[in-house]
Amino acid sequence: MNRKHIRTDPAAYEQMTRQASPPSRMVQGVFRAFWVGGVVCIIGQLAAETGVQLMKMTPADGYCFAAIILVLLTAILTGAGVFDRIGQYAGAGAFVPITGFANAMVSPALEFRREGMVLGLGAKLFTIAGPVLVYGIGASVLVGLVYAIIFS
Amino acid sequence: MTFDLWMYVKAFAVGGALCAVGEALCLKTGWTPARILVGYILTGVALSAFGLYTPLVDFAGAGASVPLTGFGHSLCQGVIHAVQERGWIGAFCGGLTATAGGIAAAIFFGTIVAVFCKPHMKGK
Repeated sequence: MNRKHIRTDPAAYEQMTRQASPPSRMVQGVFRAFWVGGVVCIIGQLAAETGVQLMKMTPADGYCFAAIILVLLTAILTGAGVFDRIGQYAGAGAFVPITGFANAMVSPALEFRREGMVLGLGAKLFTIAGPVLVYGIGASVLVGLVYAIIFS
Repeated sequence: MTFDLWMYVKAFAVGGALCAVGEALCLKTGWTPARILVGYILTGVALSAFGLYTPLVDFAGAGASVPLTGFGHSLCQGVIHAVQERGWIGAFCGGLTATAGGIAAAIFFGTIVAVFCKPHMKGK
């Protein structure tokens, strides 16, 4: 290994890796995300229809039930250490559905529990979920206020 | 229990497509998953505000409601319905009411798992 011959900056290095990595990485990643994400949504659909048809829920409650089931499954799989592997395989297929939101809460909480129940577990639950909630809720309040002004 | 296979095909296709777009964005731009999630939820709120996301949920069911855009959609629809019923105060009350199930479940199950499971080494 002669390190002196590799003179590069981050931008040039990124271009080198992009040229060196096979073009199929994109195709493979997108394909994996597609089928795993699709399967997650099928599980959600199954849970929603179970709620609506067998447990006499309204459609809105059915989707809420589906979200709860997927969150529960994700929490269990994250606790068992399986979700990380699914995430590595599927990428966005695992983190774009609500499973990703749930994993983003459970995973850091698990990891930082040793820092205490309050500032470890309690605070780290929201390391990634925090920004999602901040911007999601913030934007929805804005929409609501604009809506209230226009239609009042 | 009736079983509508076509609905599952649509849920798979639409949900899969939303995830595929996320993965493509991730690989192309190098954004972190957290950034993509924030982008998705804002996209969901925006599409829903203009009434564009409800037809997708009607079409694909969980395929549209399970991805994070669907979470944004729930927030937005919750707010809009609350404003219609209760006036401007609904802008502050409606969003979390509509999404309480998923959020509370994540907090509750997350805490239980974090208390009773041991952390695993990441990336190995």
